[in-house]
Amino acid sequence: MSRIDREDVERVARLARLRLSDEEAAEMTADLDRILGYVDLLEEVSTEGVEPTAHVIPLATPLRDDVPAEELPPEVAVANAPASEGTAFAVPKVLDDEAEG
Amino acid sequence: MPSPLGEVARLREALTSGETTSSRLVDAALAAAEAVGEDLSVFTHLRHEAAREAAAAADARLSAGRARSVLDGLPIALKDNIVQAGEPAGCASRILEGYVSPFDATAVARLLEAGAIPIGRTNMDEFAMGSSTENSVHGPTRNPWDRDRSPGGSSGGSAAAVAADIVPLALGSDTGGSIRQPASLCGVVGMKPTYGRVSRWGLVAFASSLDQIGPFAHTAADCAVLLDAMSGHDAHDSTSLPEPPLQTAAGLNGDLSGRVIGLPREYYEAEGADASSLECVHAAVAALEGAGAKTVPVSLPHTRYAIAAYYLIANAEASSNLARFDGVRYGHRAAGASGLTDLYERSRSEGFGAEVKRRILLGTYVLSAGYYDAYYRRAQKLRTLLRRDFEAAFESCDVLVTPTTPEPAFRLGERADDPLTMYLSDVYTVSANLAGLPGVSIPCGLAGGGLAAGLPVGLQVLGPPLADAAVLEVADAYQRLTDHHQARPGGSR
Repeated sequence: MSRIDREDVERVARLARLRLSDEEAAEMTADLDRILGYVDLLEEVSTEGVEPTAHVIPLATPLRDDVPAEELPPEVAVANAPASEGTAFAVPKVLDDEAEG
Repeated sequence: MPSPLGEVARLREALTSGETTSSRLVDAALAAAEAVGEDLSVFTHLRHEAAREAAAAADARLSAGRARSVLDGLPIALKDNIVQAGEPAGCASRILEGYVSPFDATAVARLLEAGAIPIGRTNMDEFAMGSSTENSVHGPTRNPWDRDRSPGGSSGGSAAAVAADIVPLALGSDTGGSIRQPASLCGVVGMKPTYGRVSRWGLVAFASSLDQIGPFAHTAADCAVLLDAMSGHDAHDSTSLPEPPLQTAAGLNGDLSGRVIGLPREYYEAEGADASSLECVHAAVAALEGAGAKTVPVSLPHTRYAIAAYYLIANAEASSNLARFDGVRYGHRAAGASGLTDLYERSRSEGFGAEVKRRILLGTYVLSAGYYDAYYRRAQKLRTLLRRDFEAAFESCDVLVTPTTPEPAFRLGERADDPLTMYLSDVYTVSANLAGLPGVSIPCGLAGGGLAAGLPVGLQVLGPPLADAAVLEVADAYQRLTDHHQARPGGSR
């Protein structure tokens, strides 16, 4: 039985903002199915009552004084942008796009 | 007294005595990077002019008797996912083509402060996703020991740069073995520090709860010098440990008496492991025992689940971290997009390679509604069980000694079409990342027989969290007893 089908992969690709060619979608479906098949190994282990580990060190939310820190100047921050206007990142029109989904 | 081993001590002496200069060292490194490095595809970028200027400045300090540290004037190579201001940081990905970092990674800033001179950026698997340095937009790096074989990965360029004696020192990053595995396959020393020891600020994120920057060199003593210089809390990384910089180099004394070494049976019984590699590891254990260490058998019963847990957790985190590459703020942008979603999808689809897409898809899938508990949460619980395994084992020993990999360097292309087999080659390294442990791989001989004859074999030393000094002490002690770290491709020097 396959664990993941082409439709699942295409749904996940949309979530991840990836567009797959037919060939890629077929390959990814086969690869992910094999990998998920391997991962089923974990079902052997009883994890009843085991706390999950998200992070190995105890993390507290660090606080700092509410004063401005030295950050990248806006013109430096946009220097790597493929398109910018002044100190803003330029993108194609957004509204039509949102209507789509 | 610090360890007498290593290039840092030797080069320091040569610089102090006037036998050489930083300019000569940097010129030689750049020349080697162009000659050997190009043949093996070790570097993705060299900074000729900036490195030469830095060397001239270092020489001025040295002749005035004002060396900043033992690293002042020494050339170093940086993996292409650790940023330096004004330099490209491409992560071997098309999506970061042309990106120039506006800031220094904290680890890099601290090394620059110490006077080290980055000569260039090393090849890697795209976004550190891989174990062979084949998933690179620049093409694969070749192993200096056999150019038809992989140097391992993902930090294969940094490992090869040290193995081929282009630079004495290099930095890599280790998420599931990406420093230790290539160190093993290239016959050099590579260390993954305790999680949080070295700030991740300026390390392009792959899996944030697993990633650590660490050093490559020919000796544990040199790795200790680099680790000491890079470690210590950094306000820019809230997961960096609230600890002062380490001082491990000064504590290396070669003493193994009273040291208890655990031998986890699961790491010695893997199916398909190379027998002659295992012989090297057993000989290394005997050498450690001969020098006064005591060995005890231990068990890490959940080892067989580590790879599965690792790939679920690492890729879940990756799918989230790599969302930032969207063609808007930096990197590749697809031409002629009709709207914002179209721009995201086309830029990402053009910019990422196949393995990165595979992992983003897997990570997104296991975090998606309906699968989160079955995959991601279960993997996190396994992570707890793996941590408990180590806690129990370290009740009866100070460090663990294991093979670093099941076999020596594999052939380029051999596993490229088989992601799962590639993943399984990390079986001995991923657990240290899941548990946050420090680990180092050191050369322990050359494989004896069969197709892998003459290829380097790595010995892994793992310690409990925070025991970075202990793993380096054991590794250094072993290197004082043996001369495997002096073996070079094409014969000993």
